[in-house]
Parts: sequence; C-alpha cells; structure tokens
Amino acid sequence: MPERKIRVLVAKPGLDGHDRGAKVIARALRDAGMEVIYTGLRQTPEMIAAAALQEDVDAVGVSILSGAHNTLCPRIISLLREEGLDDCLVLVGGIVPQDDIARLKEQGVSEVFLPGTSTEDIVKFLRANVKPRE
Amino acid sequence: MPETKEIASPEAAAVERWEQETLAPVLKKRPERSKRFENVSLDEVNRLYTPADVADVDFEQDIAFPGEFPYTRGIHPTGYRGKLWTMRQFAGFGTPEETNARFKYLMNQGQTGLSVAYDLPALMGYDSDSPLSEGEVGKCGVAVSSLADMEILFDGIPLEEVTVSQTINAPASIFLAMYLVVAEKQGADWKKISGTLQNDILKEYIAQKEWIYPIRPGMKLVTDTFEFCTQHVPRYNPISVSGYHIREAGATALQELAFTLRDGLEYVEWGVRAGLDVDEFVPRISFFFNAHNDFFEEIAKYRAARRIWSRTMRERFGAKSERTLQLRFHTQTAGVSLTVQQPLNNIVRVAIQALAGVLGGTNSLHTDAFDEALALPTDRAALIALRTQQIIAEETGVAHTIDPLGGSYFIESLTQKMEDGAMDYFEKIDAMGGMVEAIEKGFPQREIQESAYQYQKAVERKEQTIVGVNKYQMTDDGTQIPLLIIDEGVRDSQVARLNQTRTRRDKGAVANALEKLKRAATENENTMPATIEAVAAYATLGEICDALRDVYGLYEEPAF
Repeated sequence: MPERKIRVLVAKPGLDGHDRGAKVIARALRDAGMEVIYTGLRQTPEMIAAAALQEDVDAVGVSILSGAHNTLCPRIISLLREEGLDDCLVLVGGIVPQDDIARLKEQGVSEVFLPGTSTEDIVKFLRANVKPRE
Repeated sequence: MPETKEIASPEAAAVERWEQETLAPVLKKRPERSKRFENVSLDEVNRLYTPADVADVDFEQDIAFPGEFPYTRGIHPTGYRGKLWTMRQFAGFGTPEETNARFKYLMNQGQTGLSVAYDLPALMGYDSDSPLSEGEVGKCGVAVSSLADMEILFDGIPLEEVTVSQTINAPASIFLAMYLVVAEKQGADWKKISGTLQNDILKEYIAQKEWIYPIRPGMKLVTDTFEFCTQHVPRYNPISVSGYHIREAGATALQELAFTLRDGLEYVEWGVRAGLDVDEFVPRISFFFNAHNDFFEEIAKYRAARRIWSRTMRERFGAKSERTLQLRFHTQTAGVSLTVQQPLNNIVRVAIQALAGVLGGTNSLHTDAFDEALALPTDRAALIALRTQQIIAEETGVAHTIDPLGGSYFIESLTQKMEDGAMDYFEKIDAMGGMVEAIEKGFPQREIQESAYQYQKAVERKEQTIVGVNKYQMTDDGTQIPLLIIDEGVRDSQVARLNQTRTRRDKGAVANALEKLKRAATENENTMPATIEAVAAYATLGEICDALRDVYGLYEEPAF
C-alpha cells in the first residue's frame, strides 16, 4: 500500500487579509508532496475545526499577523480537541511576540514559525512530528 | 550565405572595444562573484550601462525638465528646493485617545502631516463590539466605530490646517463623511480642507483583501466620493491609488507600477462614465508606492510612473490641464523587508529605501519603524523613523538638486524598461476588458502570487540575501527591544463608548438616515449625502455598512 501523504489544512482566521505567507506555504507544502487544503480568508475557529475534521488532516497551519493569536489559537485548539482530533498538530505562523510563544505552546500549539522561516524548515517539522497512521 | 553583420552604432562599437581590450583579460583571470546579478524583482542587471543603452531615450521628449511634460524629473520646477516632501508617518493603535496623543507627539517632533491607521474591524466595516471583532480591536490600528470616536481622534487637531491621510478602503466613504462632519464641528471650511482618503478598492481585491461589497458596487462608492469631493471639497484627494500593498503581497517593482497605474486608469474611466470632467477630478487623484530594497530599480519606478501617467492622460483621455498630467505620490518603505532577526538592522534598510523615495521625487514619505516586524511601533521607534527622514532632508544634501540621477545611463535605461514593461501589462489588461474584468479573472492576483513564490524560493536558494535571515545569522544578537502591547482593555473601553453613543442618540434620525442611504444605493444615486446624514446622527460604522451590505451583498473571492 502506498504511504499516506501528510494532509495539512492551511487556515487564515480573523479579519486580516494578508495571505501572502499562507499561500506561499500552501504551495511549498504541496511541492514537498503533501496534500494541502487552503481555507481562504476570514475563517472562524469553528469553520477551521469543521474543515480539519472533514478533511481528516494531520496538521492545521494557522497564519495570523494581526496580533489576534491569543484570542484565536486557544479556541481553535479546544474545538479541534472537542472534535476528537487529539493528534492533529497546530502550527502557527506570523507575527507573535516572544512572550506569547511559550503561552501558545502551553495551550497546545506545536510550534510557532516567525517571519524569516524557511519553508523547508516547516516541511521538516511536519515530517518529523506528524504521527504515522495505521 | 554571406555572413550579415549589423552595423553597430559608434557607442556600441566603443563598448565592444572596451569589452575585448580591457574587460575580457580581467574576467579570464578572475571571474565575477556571480554568473547572473539580479535585482529584488529577480530581473537581471547588466555590468555596465553606456550611451548605447539609452540610444532610444530622447532628452527633450523623455527626460525633459522638472515641472514640464512628461514630468520624468518631477512635477515641481524647484524640486525640494521650494518645499520638502511631507513627512507623514502612518500611526494608529489602541483607543482614539491613545492615537490622538501619538499624533500630537509626532507633530511636536516636526512631522508635517498626519496619517491614520485604522484597526481591522474598522477596515472591514464592523463595530468594536461585533463578535467578529474579538481579538482585533485596536491591534493593527486605532479603533473607530462612530463619529464619537472620530471626535476624540482629532481633538485639538485643526483640520483646516493639518492635512490628514486616512488608510481606509471598503468603508472609505463613511470615514470621509465622519472626517467632514468633525471638520465642520471644528468650524473648518470644506472648501479649504485638504487631505487624502486611500479609498482604493481595486487593490483590495488584488492584494490587501480588506473588501466588503462586490467589485462593481465597490467602484460605485469610490466614484460617489469623486463626484462629491469635486463639488464640495475641492482641495481634498478622494483617492490614493496604491501600489504599496500590491508590492507587499509579493509583486515585482514592475508589477507594482503597472497594476497601480492601470488601477488609476480604471478609476478615471469610471469617473468619466459618471459624467465628470477629466481636468476637474483627475488632478485630485493621488498615488502611493512602496520603497523596497533595490535602490536604482525603485528610483526608476517612480520616474517611469510620472512619465507614463502624463502620457496616458494625454493620449487616452485628452487631458489638457497640467495638473491632470502630474502624478503626485506618497511613498512608504517596505514593511515586508523588515526582519524580526537583528531588528536594529531595519533602521539601515529604512534609511536606504527612504533615500530611494526621495531621489525618485516622492511628494510625501512614511518611514517604517525598526520594530514593525514584531509589533506596532513604540514612541521611540517611531521617532527614529521620523529622524531618518529629517537626516536625509537636512544633512545629506540630496534635496538640493532636482532629480540628481537623471541622465544616468543606468537610471534612464531602467526607467525606459519600466515604461515599456508597464505598457505591455496595460495591453494585456485592456484586452481582458479592463482592470475590473482582469481582477474577476484573477489575473493580477495570480501574477503576484507567482512572484511571491519565486522570491521565497530565491531566498531559500540564497540567491537573494537577507542579512540576519539567510546570511550572517546569529542565534541571539543581544538586542532587547520593548514592544508596544495592546491589551483587550481597548475593546472594553470601545464597547462602553458604543453603548453610551447608542443610548444618547436620536434613534429616529438614525433610522431615517439609514433608510435614505439604502434608497440612494438601490436607486443608484450618490450615497455621500445620506452617509453624511447617518454619521452625523451617530449611526455606527457597522450599522451603515450593514445597510449597504443589505443592498449590495458581499464579495466572494474566486478560487485561483
């Protein structure tokens, strides 16, 4: 049986429309052989959790540049867990002050990628951390 | 067949001689650092530029004199010797009170114009107490939900004297209305007030993506402001056609130039179709460009912008007034070029980018603060950014001479290349039926996305260097910089003021005005008078946008 491809939901929550990063990462993950679903702009945490469940993804990549991460991330995580997606990784990319990174990780964010991150590093992180499925 | 040889011009022959006699032996001994030298738009740049590269550029036709057609060298016959560019720092965060204090601080430090950054709920037409605004209130700009906030924002700032630029697009007509009502309450004469509304909805669909309504109603609202300002606020710029966001989204310098100017033409066409006279309203159309890292390319871009605009206005629209032919623009240094790593390096990047804007003849300038890859700027970071402009203006001597790089083989050749490239894009977009149609097809969006991806790949292959990011990295450079933190208290104070406003106002007057606005929108009348009536009655931003959402519906981005 061929190996299952890593499936990633790239999501853009909040009101911000800056989607350059989200789109570049979606394409880079696709080029690295992953299956990527991009939600489009202005998705609520509920919409993101529902899409993650429906698409049966291994990871959710959330792009936030507006400073709303402390409000949005905990909600996304708790909704994912409510849906039973316990192994689904949550990656955050964007502008996040150092002090908030530790807090986000305590709340269940797997990793925070700041501006200047190479897309290769994100690919490596996913390959190393997505749990293999039966 | 006999070998045919092109007859070389004396200039080209001279270059060939130099290449053979002087250059070739050196290259043999020591090759250059790279096989291909690329600018930040990933275009190849030549080793040397000579008269052979500008053989087609005519001094009188193409370069000419400052203040004269085609304005390549600037729109003012005295350049910056008469008046320096306006130092206009974009600012806005937290509550209207906090931003008002920042405005006064910057004015006290010698800033010469104001520029308001609104928060995301405002940009999207939601009140601070909307559930959709949670987590976003006052974060990326100042929170404003009604005239009550706007009165505080401009408290003690005389709008008849100070020019204010407002970065607001989808709900721009509402912010223009609020601004005019505040000005009127201050006793200012609308005929005398000046300032700029960004109001560039096309680049929202293309790049920045803070839209509300579908494209055509969006364009209708913009046209309404043109018509209203032409009649009632003649010194006000109702639009700032913006390449800045197009560039930040990943466009090359050429794409920024071409899409922005083509957007400008689209607005002119819509104005003309609404019955406006080109020579009456186009002089009030202003532009806004990015200043990115590649120094010479940027300077060429600004020079080409002026030349293309004046030629196109004359050729396409038969413009006669000099002011219609003169492209005026604001510049902002490239936020996207700022790095989180070794953040103090950003001060240097900003200075060089700002210098390009000045050498390109910008009419006003914003310099980014070094901490902006991390947060909104602190007072101190904003002050260094302003001081950077003051140093360029008053210490370096670059403002003493007009268009000092004019005549450089390199700059003139690049300027010509920019013009030619933009005309190619115009042709493609015209063939699609215009910019609205091109956006509906996803054309500019796809072009930008592709450029953004290619740039990222070039960075990852280390073909493009970003100091501190893919070269000269440090795990910790020892810099501790304080950040501006905006807490959720901003939302609480906004919600309290909204509740107060809703209790105190005349509910009948609000309902009446909103009804009038819906009627104007439905019957395709100018929406400005009813919008002004609604804001004056303290209808909130969210309520006014909802009224228009009911009539126009919402924009859905096509998948591409």
